[in-house]
Amino acid sequence: MSGPSTFVPKSALGRWFESRLPIMGLIHGSFVAYPTPRNLNYWWAFGAILSFMLVAQIITGIVLTMHYTPQVDLAFASVEHIMRDVNWGWFLRYAHSNGASMFFVAVYVHMFRGLYYGSYKAPREVLWILGVIIYLLMMATGFLGYTLPWGQMSFWGATVITNFFTAIPLVGDAVTTWLWGGYSVGNPTLNRFFALHYLLPFMIAGVVVLHVWALHVVGQNNPAGVEVKNVDRDTVPFTPYATIKDSFAVVCFMILYAWFIFYVPNYLGHADNYIEANPLSTPAHIVPEWYYLPFYAILRAIPSKLGGVTAMFGSIAILAFLPWLDTSRVRSASFRPMYRIFFWAFVLCCLGLGYLGAQPAEGGYIIAARLLTAFYFGFFIIILPLLGIFETPKPVPATIADAVLAKNGGAVMNPAE
Amino acid sequence: MISFKSISLAVAISAATFSLAQSSALAQEGGHGPTPHMEKWSFAGMFGTYDKAQLQRGFRVYREVCSACHSLSRLRIGNLADEGGPGFSEGQVKALAAEYQIKDFNDKGEPIQRPGFPSDNFPKIFANEDAAAAVHGKAPPDLSVIAKARSYSRGFPFFLLDMLPGVAYQEHGPDYIHALLNGYTKPDDTKWNEYFPGNQIAMPKPLSDDQVDYTDGSPKTVEQYSRDVAAFLMWAAEPKLEERKRTGLNALIFLFIFAGLLYFTKKKIWADAH
Repeated sequence: MSGPSTFVPKSALGRWFESRLPIMGLIHGSFVAYPTPRNLNYWWAFGAILSFMLVAQIITGIVLTMHYTPQVDLAFASVEHIMRDVNWGWFLRYAHSNGASMFFVAVYVHMFRGLYYGSYKAPREVLWILGVIIYLLMMATGFLGYTLPWGQMSFWGATVITNFFTAIPLVGDAVTTWLWGGYSVGNPTLNRFFALHYLLPFMIAGVVVLHVWALHVVGQNNPAGVEVKNVDRDTVPFTPYATIKDSFAVVCFMILYAWFIFYVPNYLGHADNYIEANPLSTPAHIVPEWYYLPFYAILRAIPSKLGGVTAMFGSIAILAFLPWLDTSRVRSASFRPMYRIFFWAFVLCCLGLGYLGAQPAEGGYIIAARLLTAFYFGFFIIILPLLGIFETPKPVPATIADAVLAKNGGAVMNPAE
Repeated sequence: MISFKSISLAVAISAATFSLAQSSALAQEGGHGPTPHMEKWSFAGMFGTYDKAQLQRGFRVYREVCSACHSLSRLRIGNLADEGGPGFSEGQVKALAAEYQIKDFNDKGEPIQRPGFPSDNFPKIFANEDAAAAVHGKAPPDLSVIAKARSYSRGFPFFLLDMLPGVAYQEHGPDYIHALLNGYTKPDDTKWNEYFPGNQIAMPKPLSDDQVDYTDGSPKTVEQYSRDVAAFLMWAAEPKLEERKRTGLNALIFLFIFAGLLYFTKKKIWADAH
């Protein structure tokens, strides 16, 4: 999609610099001239929204670290200090804690969009896998961050999650002790979690660069799921078309974000996390953050510790194999009548697992969790491979321009005309 | 100590990995009781602000009743004069602070007790949790953030509605505190509480009618005391609530206008693309 840049700076100084380090050409090629399919809908704005969230999290996070103390006797108090005594501290903390949730809202929409429109299929497999890696890093970062306020849920959540590693045969206990830096979650754990929570976002930023790079090599997928054939007819330049559309979407998303920060800042949190961590008192319910709940439900659906942990990690790892599990040659669900039904069933399955993850694992809840877990894996291992064979897709438009034409019932004009 | 830790650890692991049987039993026990009534609070909703007179009355209840056992150690005494709070004057807070005895050291490094300043935190009542537990059986929790640390489940689908504009229900804590303080409904058992999970609460009925003197003519009833102290504790837990909601309104107005302008700009730019 993007070859060597034809960008020529206007000023002599710019040309001098560009011939030595073509960074302006890189930016111009990536964010100005870069051709984007003209039929993208607003589900494609979540890449920009995620970039905004990453930056928002890093900025609020760095300022918060200037006031936070990663020490078991002081951490909880330092968070209260931020809330009470630091100028705009309440804003920084609520923006950061709700920002994590908004980040996950956006990434889930982004992932389901990829799933619906088949964005993981050739030639975008590496792009998709890089996305799965970003998602994994986000999960780790979110978990590490949730321990830092050192409330009851921080402590017991950390205890439960790190105990997963004891399920590893033979070396499990040793590995867990090594992770903790002791024989239980304690001060060394908090210290290293803080260090890693600061590190991982920059690793995310690094993989995001690779993700965007890979995207700009293969080009964006689009709702029709057909490749760009004629750059003039099928695409529009990133600036101003995608820039303004993404900006509008980001600001709309900021309205949602602001609503949570200013009016329901504790809605997505757990009241128990306003109780300082106490290793001697286990909360009645240990519930992870909402964005982990589907996986928590899968973990508890399996009646064996090792099996549960394996299923839980497997449920995320399987995403990386999606490009090869889906055998259909057609990308977009718009032209796959059966896949579309299974896609929405899968969305409901994930929401259902999320609900069950917050319920006690007993009776009907556990039966439901097992059924949904079976469907979750069945979707990837059975349904997707078979659909490609048995499904008859609807005719796919020959070009993106044709898809736009069919939708608008009018002629496609070249914006340059 | 270690065995205690590993026991609670084991409880946590079994609770999480196999089933939450114990905890769900606990929750059900609590669940059989009534859910707290949703009260009307001046600080609820998008335009909510604290009722200064109510916070002052609530502080009075805290000081004359609760503070016998419960500390408020994350607040400074001077916070009582902060904007968006009970609205005591600087002079009142200074006089109040002087009534507290604060542990400190003199110039020679010897431990002393001195009268408090507004910049001092409310003193801790017990040296540590063990000391508090030794006196009361169970350490009475610090009340600084209790209004955010207590909640109750609204159940499906109401918990989903709670995040929406128009509902934006965030007052689970004060509602629970208010219900709890009115939940001592068995006159022959002062430790039986309708709203406490398991119904057996360590705190005997703390409030009774006419216990605290109100000078503004408000009713001297348990109902009124509990309402006022719940509001006061909400302020203690969330002292920047007014600033937050005010800022939020400005932020939303700005974002809506900005989004509108971007929408029309987008329409204009894309007009010739389709």
